[in-house]
Amino acid sequence: MNAAITSGNEKSRRWKRPPLIQDTKWRYGLLILAIAYFIAASFSYDVNWSRVYEGLDRGWEFIKSFANPDFKTRWSDISEGIWESIVITVTSTVVGIILAIPLALGAASNLAPKIIYYICRGIIAVNRALHEIIVAILMVAIFGFGPLAGFITLTLSTIGFIAKLLAEDIENISKPQAEAVKSTGSGWWQWINYAIQPQVMPRLIGLSIYRVDINFRSSSILGLVGAGGVGATLNTAFDRYEFDTAAAIIIIIIAIVMVLEYVSGFIRARVQ
Amino acid sequence: MLQLKNLGKRYKTGDDALKGVNLEIPDGQLVGLIGPSGAGKSTLIRCVNRLVEPTTGTVTLNNIEVTSLSAGGLRKERRKMGMIFQEYALVDRLTIMENVMSGRLGYMGFWKSFFRKYPQADIDEAFRLLERVGLDHMVDKRADELSGGQKQRVGIARALIQDPEVILIDEPTASLDPKTSRQIMRLISELCRERNLSAIVNIHDVALAQMFVERIVGLQMGEIVFDGAPDELTPDVLTKIYGEEDWEATIDEVDEDEDITIDEKSVEASI
Repeated sequence: MNAAITSGNEKSRRWKRPPLIQDTKWRYGLLILAIAYFIAASFSYDVNWSRVYEGLDRGWEFIKSFANPDFKTRWSDISEGIWESIVITVTSTVVGIILAIPLALGAASNLAPKIIYYICRGIIAVNRALHEIIVAILMVAIFGFGPLAGFITLTLSTIGFIAKLLAEDIENISKPQAEAVKSTGSGWWQWINYAIQPQVMPRLIGLSIYRVDINFRSSSILGLVGAGGVGATLNTAFDRYEFDTAAAIIIIIIAIVMVLEYVSGFIRARVQ
Repeated sequence: MLQLKNLGKRYKTGDDALKGVNLEIPDGQLVGLIGPSGAGKSTLIRCVNRLVEPTTGTVTLNNIEVTSLSAGGLRKERRKMGMIFQEYALVDRLTIMENVMSGRLGYMGFWKSFFRKYPQADIDEAFRLLERVGLDHMVDKRADELSGGQKQRVGIARALIQDPEVILIDEPTASLDPKTSRQIMRLISELCRERNLSAIVNIHDVALAQMFVERIVGLQMGEIVFDGAPDELTPDVLTKIYGEEDWEATIDEVDEDEDITIDEKSVEASI
């Protein structure tokens, strides 16, 4: 019994998982360096404790105002701002998606020729490199204050977002299905319509709904830089220290986002 | 008649998948293409309809040289070449009818196909074919609701509605159970006979190939090393194609009647 174990003058071989960095000096050196930097960086914030003490009061005022938000006094401003945000959300999402689809087709390496692929990927990369707030400031500079600047800003960021993620989904399609439709002698657009579109449709719908959500939240921020929407109303409320009105606006935003969240979950479950 | 002359394919990686294959397939002949994985079987049939672009040689189908066609010409010519796939390759989220009708796309304008306004004659033919393969009662089901055997029947209908002159079949039974495999191969061979179609079928199961095809071509490292009747497959030949192994158990005595007693129609409808 157990001859292999009992008779063993054969030495057992040791095994350890190979480390990520082979050289011991580098391995521990880098680790110590990283920890040291983190500690030093954390201490570089100088905290003014007396300012914090005063600030706590102001913060508490703000939080307390959530207990009795004031919807009434500035209701016409609030409702106007909310409607403007909704208009910006709907238009920028729809226009953004329509423009993103051709860009996504061009940015999918399995559909587009190399040159078009690089051009489209380049457009997406530049588009995504700039944050919405920066684009919004630029658009306000060009088109002036108001919802048009917000609409254009969010349309641009919708294009970059949808095009990039849709292109990636197109690159992940099942190749045999695409081959099968191509082998019937279909034209390029027929091929897209019969082989590609059915495969990416659930993803496109999911992304679009998600984008409605994002665009609504963004449209309520862009007002801070003058690009229209309920953010402008919110900004004014803060400037006047009307925390109760600000609280009312924030509560409405939260409510709308929660409704969107629920609706999008419902729709996404349906389109599998 | 399908003719391959000196057909070669070198992939960008430098692998020679096909090395000057010469093959002639007369109308109405069902040819089984066997060979080890990586022998170039899949590349060969994809070179015929140029899903894979051959690097050398020519493919000629009924006096039209497929390999010299422009993109538009190739699209027209592909209509005459049906294809059946290993994992069925149905578009999962389309209905059975849409999947079958995708075989008619080459004959249809974009907007007609986009709005699914198919010509009545095509719809009639689709129902006829679906009835022939035993699936006419489920045209509105989505493709991903079907079993493997059913999917492959839809795949066959899609290839046949093209009204092809040749069918290229890539491992049609690789993901099916043994019994369904036989039913699918029987269906394919019957349909080829009915319509006097020539076909190339890539197949791993040597015994199954012997049962249903009239000619076997053995491919090894991109070259044809055997071309003959199914009963000429001896252990020596198989060793030449696949390498050394005990082949006695693999070679079938070619008796196809063992399951002939089962009521075919009801079985086919039930899978």
